[in-house]
Amino acid sequence: MNTPSTQFVMPRRMNMYDPPLHNISSWVDSFRDDGFPNVAPSTVVEINERLDYLSEDTSSHKGQVPSNRYDQEASKPPEKVQRRLAQNREAARKSRMRKKVYIQQLELSRSKLMQMEQELERVRTQGVFGGGGVDNLPFSATVNSGIVAFEMEYGHWVEEQNKQICELRNSLNTHITDVELRILVDSGMKHYFDLFQLKAGAAKADIFYLMNGMWKTSAERFFFWIGGSRPSELLKVLGPQLEPLTNQQQIDVYNLKQSCEQAEEALTQGMDKLQQNLAETVATGRLGEGIYTSEMANNAIEKLEALISFVNQADHLRRETLQQMHRILTVRQAARGLLALGEYFQRLRALSSLWCSRPRQPS
Amino acid sequence: MDIVNRLVEQRPLVIFSKSSCCISHSVMQLINSYGANATIYQLDDMSNGQEVDKALQRLGLKPSIPAVFIGQRLVGGAKEIISLQIQGRLVPMLKEAGAIWV
Repeated sequence: MNTPSTQFVMPRRMNMYDPPLHNISSWVDSFRDDGFPNVAPSTVVEINERLDYLSEDTSSHKGQVPSNRYDQEASKPPEKVQRRLAQNREAARKSRMRKKVYIQQLELSRSKLMQMEQELERVRTQGVFGGGGVDNLPFSATVNSGIVAFEMEYGHWVEEQNKQICELRNSLNTHITDVELRILVDSGMKHYFDLFQLKAGAAKADIFYLMNGMWKTSAERFFFWIGGSRPSELLKVLGPQLEPLTNQQQIDVYNLKQSCEQAEEALTQGMDKLQQNLAETVATGRLGEGIYTSEMANNAIEKLEALISFVNQADHLRRETLQQMHRILTVRQAARGLLALGEYFQRLRALSSLWCSRPRQPS
Repeated sequence: MDIVNRLVEQRPLVIFSKSSCCISHSVMQLINSYGANATIYQLDDMSNGQEVDKALQRLGLKPSIPAVFIGQRLVGGAKEIISLQIQGRLVPMLKEAGAIWV
């Protein structure tokens, strides 16, 4: 599976931290297995070259001790051997500590970079209309830590999702039992529920970020409705993939689709009313140019908090829809459904990448 | 609780709301789309609105509005209504309470 469209590029200046590690490529590889974001091979080579240049000839040669040095070790007096071993242990411990710090800084840089790229894309596509407040400044110095955390966690979520999709696909092609398949289905469901939890936190950190789908790719954002996908739309997309359905299942799925559409319509109407209220409040200048009275400020905050509850209700709708489908379908159908759903989003993300990297016509 | 009971008794469908609350607006839209006969109390338009608000909070509703009572029983807020809607249980409940007919 392709990782998300933004490729992480190692910062050129490594003055933030220069680890004298000799086996950096091997531990980067180990993180790939855990689902850690890939570091492009070219940058790994670059790191190795730099590190070879920087490396001290210390005793932390894990498994790379040349044979003649080993012979020398055996003939030394025991105290010297002990001391050397202790030094090795100490150096290894320090190395592990530095590795930890390095990774944390890597993660932070990565999410800062993702944020910057999104700001850039937004500014490029929307144009800059001057003014617009702190949020719209590209390369803004103020970083919302709740959003930074969310982006990091979402990145991990997508990687885990890609893994689960692979596993589902492979399992459905083999003779896996229903019992084993149920485990996969249950963890697939839980994974989506985890995402709703993450989003709830992000909604509190920055509701506009969530409402504008800033963490999603551009193609996904095209289909956006109150902080995510429209459940009825997803049902329409998935329907054909679940066949054959029994008569009762067909009726149940149809009813579910109708129920979703009704609920979506109701939420949309509420959102429209909120938008209208907010627009009126801003138009009549009551949203605090100059001095607020505490009533005006409360009014404004109340309206913005209402946005948070709309996203929460929309996510609740998504969750309930997933669970209802789970009730209607057999285990095997549910597995196919989750696979189809996951692949649908993968394709949308791939479409966004293709679109971003298409050759542009010279003007 | 008494104040709330008085307001919901003998009514098949009661919704407590505030005119400024847009989630309440959504819930009302959803229920109205079934042609349900709802009694709606806008707390900010009522003289004892604050009292009713506190009573609803004591019933465990957070936020206190929207609050939906079907057949004099507290069903819950927006979340509960959405759950019932998706599970296909909302309409049967409304029918049983006599809030809608076929």
